[in-house]
Amino acid sequence: MSLILLIEQVLNGLQFGIMLFLMAAGLTLIFGVMGLINLAHGSLYMIGAFCAAAVAAASGSFILGLIAALAGAALAGALVELVVIRRLYDKDHLDQVLATFALILIFSEGTRWIFGSFPLFLNVPEFLSGPVTLPGGIEYPLYRLTLIVIGLLVALGLYLLISKTRLGVQIRAGENDREMIGALGVDIAMLYTIVFALGAALAGLSGALVGAIQSVQVGMGEPVLILAFVVIVIGGIGSIKGALIGAILVGLTDTLGGIFLPEALKLFFDPSTATSIGSSLASMAIYILMAAVLILRPAGLFGARA
Amino acid sequence: MKLVTMAAVAALTIGLSGAKAEPVKVGMITTLSGGGAGLGIDVRDGFMLAVKQSGNEDLEVVIEDDQRKPDIAVQLADKMIQSEKVDVLTGIIWSNLAMAVVPAATAQGKFYLSPNAGPSVLAGKGCHPNYFNVAWQNDNLHEAAGAYANFAGHKNSFILAPNYPAGKDALTGYKRFYEGDLAGEIYTKLGQTDYAAEIAQIRASGADSVFFFLPGGMGISFLKQYEDSGVDLPVVGPAFSFDQGILQAVGDAALGVINTSQWNKDIDNPTNKAFVDAFQAEYGRLPSLYASQGFDTANLLLSAMAKADVKDADAFREALKAADFSSTRGSFTFGPNHHPIQDIYVREVVKEGDVFTNKIIGTALTSHADAYWSECNM
Amino acid sequence: MIRETYVNALTLLLLVAIPLWAVFMDEPFTITLMTRAAIFAIAAIGLNIALGIGGLVSLGHAVFFGIGGYAMGILAHHAQTYTPLAEWPFLIDGTKSMPLIWLVAIACSALAALVIGALSLRTTGVYFIMITLAFGQMFFFFAISWAEYGGEDGLSIYIRNGFPGLNTLAPIQFYGLCFVLLCLVLLFAWKLSKSPFGLALNAARQAPMRVETVGLDPKRVKLVAFVISGVITGLAGALFADLNRFVSPTMFSWQTSGEIMIFIILGGVGRLFGPVVGALAFVALEHWLGGLSDYWHIYLGLLLLVIVLFGRGGLIGMVSGREAVHD
Repeated sequence: MSLILLIEQVLNGLQFGIMLFLMAAGLTLIFGVMGLINLAHGSLYMIGAFCAAAVAAASGSFILGLIAALAGAALAGALVELVVIRRLYDKDHLDQVLATFALILIFSEGTRWIFGSFPLFLNVPEFLSGPVTLPGGIEYPLYRLTLIVIGLLVALGLYLLISKTRLGVQIRAGENDREMIGALGVDIAMLYTIVFALGAALAGLSGALVGAIQSVQVGMGEPVLILAFVVIVIGGIGSIKGALIGAILVGLTDTLGGIFLPEALKLFFDPSTATSIGSSLASMAIYILMAAVLILRPAGLFGARA
Repeated sequence: MKLVTMAAVAALTIGLSGAKAEPVKVGMITTLSGGGAGLGIDVRDGFMLAVKQSGNEDLEVVIEDDQRKPDIAVQLADKMIQSEKVDVLTGIIWSNLAMAVVPAATAQGKFYLSPNAGPSVLAGKGCHPNYFNVAWQNDNLHEAAGAYANFAGHKNSFILAPNYPAGKDALTGYKRFYEGDLAGEIYTKLGQTDYAAEIAQIRASGADSVFFFLPGGMGISFLKQYEDSGVDLPVVGPAFSFDQGILQAVGDAALGVINTSQWNKDIDNPTNKAFVDAFQAEYGRLPSLYASQGFDTANLLLSAMAKADVKDADAFREALKAADFSSTRGSFTFGPNHHPIQDIYVREVVKEGDVFTNKIIGTALTSHADAYWSECNM
Repeated sequence: MIRETYVNALTLLLLVAIPLWAVFMDEPFTITLMTRAAIFAIAAIGLNIALGIGGLVSLGHAVFFGIGGYAMGILAHHAQTYTPLAEWPFLIDGTKSMPLIWLVAIACSALAALVIGALSLRTTGVYFIMITLAFGQMFFFFAISWAEYGGEDGLSIYIRNGFPGLNTLAPIQFYGLCFVLLCLVLLFAWKLSKSPFGLALNAARQAPMRVETVGLDPKRVKLVAFVISGVITGLAGALFADLNRFVSPTMFSWQTSGEIMIFIILGGVGRLFGPVVGALAFVALEHWLGGLSDYWHIYLGLLLLVIVLFGRGGLIGMVSGREAVHD
């Protein structure tokens, strides 16, 4: 295995992790501020991808598609928050799991009802397609590099938002003491809607960005949702920093595990046995990682509250 | 009340003994909701088009959605057999669902006509006189891809498929006919959507060609990412990643890709031409191979109904086995294990106007049977 | 309280009357549906012991459901192909006998629950939900790539396993078997909740500190409850596999865990008959709504939402107009 291949795979793991971060950031914010487990976060990812595909197809512009994804997902998020989610804050986790599970059913079948059962088309825009040559002679798709950059920019933006702005102060206060900030005259209901819409917009953005290199179809959100949960649990629920580090850990484990486990096992078994055992171990790797982290640190790597 | 109906039917049968107009009840279990619904909808629409065209009022079809869940499929099969009292079952798309339903249904004396799945067990050791596969044995299209790779002069293929039984069958099928070396062999995660790591391995492997079996959304993702990666080795795959429903979502990335199929809309025979036109007129979209399989399944059934009474299982089985219908694929016969012996074509993805579709460019295998028939004792 | 007793009695009556009516009317499929509901009810009663009394929100109970299923699938598969399960250290053959299969299912799920429980109980709250989910995913992906036993295709068992003295192929006899087991499990759950252990478990949920001060280890109490809970769900898994004569990794999926949880919430958390009512209602909904529209998931979703948002205490709570006894 050459060094170039290794570097390329690390970049792949990084890119996968960064996209997971966009999902996980919203999820962890919503949990941190409102204490809500939102299983329907994957549906917002799907809504983003479908909005982007529909608008990009109609207008021919990928950028307009992205804007539509942000707007569509934020709008859907705000709407769901106003109608359903806000009634769930004072319920226990059990009710939240069930209600947001119900939302998945509604969103998935609703999307299928509107857009039909066949996958939609959404492609990488012309100006970002094809590979570029990196120093060292590594060929890497430009679009994936762009994803890494966008993800890191979003992470930076979130950091600034939370540490430097008034909204950020309210969010941090909300994470610490919900009753108190209400007493101090902050419009809690408004704050919650904004946070939820923000999380939704991030999920929608991630859905649209990833949709361009994957397939835009009903049910695309659930596998990512589970991974995003793994990420925030590893990172510590409520922690943006934890979400970033957790996402990169999961991205790297998943990508590199899929390659190196079968290779490593070839030292002990014949190639076909090694490939099959290695592949199945690789598919379990991130869950093993998560269980291990939780057993050693029951509140995740950066979790404040157990 | 049930008793009365039974008596009436009995009287009717005695009165009309010798007539072949015994009504046939068909139970169709297929995937109509959730992620894989596109395939089931095509099979259903193809099937119902043939039923409608025949105008045969003795054929009653009950359709149910299995949601792609094996336990739901089993439950529906129980319902169809126990309370609907169907004579024939059909419709299942996925091999794992077929394995859950078919052995039990045929053991209870029902006929099963498969419009899509063809797991190897049912073609070999687990074959059954009442099981007829009207589509293909799972390995067939992959075998054809292997044969094509030899023809195209590929000497060092990189092959990949999801890590589940149908994926393993696919790579086995390809290797059964492919004569060159392997630059690499990977099993990916089922449902995986990001193939960056695999594409990097392909790039580094020194392969001269790529064979992949990634049905549904997995194939869409792979093709888009492959196109974007700048690796430009020739790609070969089975038709499942290039059917009419998927191609539009892949877009330009699929143009020129070679794939193998037992059917295409430009197969030159009158039945096929009429089918493509009628399907477009009825549903406003081009048919896929799944639709053609549904259409052929219904016509096979109708041909058997014209010859024999479904209550006379032996005669009906012989009538099915004769396959005396005009297929959209041209010549169509059953082998000793009731799986098709048919030509498998090489197709290329082209753009006709705004629509992506396939064009036949050659024949990979002629009168091809599956690899398991000799294991079948019935 | 009185009204809830009426609801419970009515539920039991339905569980007896509907199948008998179905036999009389020659509607065997109704019996199959009732069997499905009864088995789901057993699985959910299992979860309810951990969740309702112990407050352990496990989103990984599909693990035990699946282990029960695979215990049946693997044993019956070896019996049906006449191949031994293991030749070393001593010869183990497959079996088609239900009681034996149940024993194996129970033993395997107990072991799994012990390990998973011991590890998961190091965490609490949302982390507990997520770590149980992670274990579920591990088993799911393992089963998918376990080619020896069919991988994603699963295993088909051609003939339902036998129970001494019964013809299990007759739908009503198999239903009878499941119904008796359901009653036994209900009785057990009722006794358990009234027993000192049940009280300790309830206390461990509400006030772990106080439990500790009287010399009990709340974690240990919860672990025992988790194992009991897993065992019952595992037994249900073996029955479910026998109902379908088929097992597949779907039994391990997180959606299965979610559905088992839905039965409980639908019926009413922490109520003895909650899981039973929930399972009955879910199977009925699935059956009727599925016939109404291709898009029936939308209606199911709306209905669930309404129950969570407005129906305090699930269906039983709505009918009896009371919160659960110890809520």
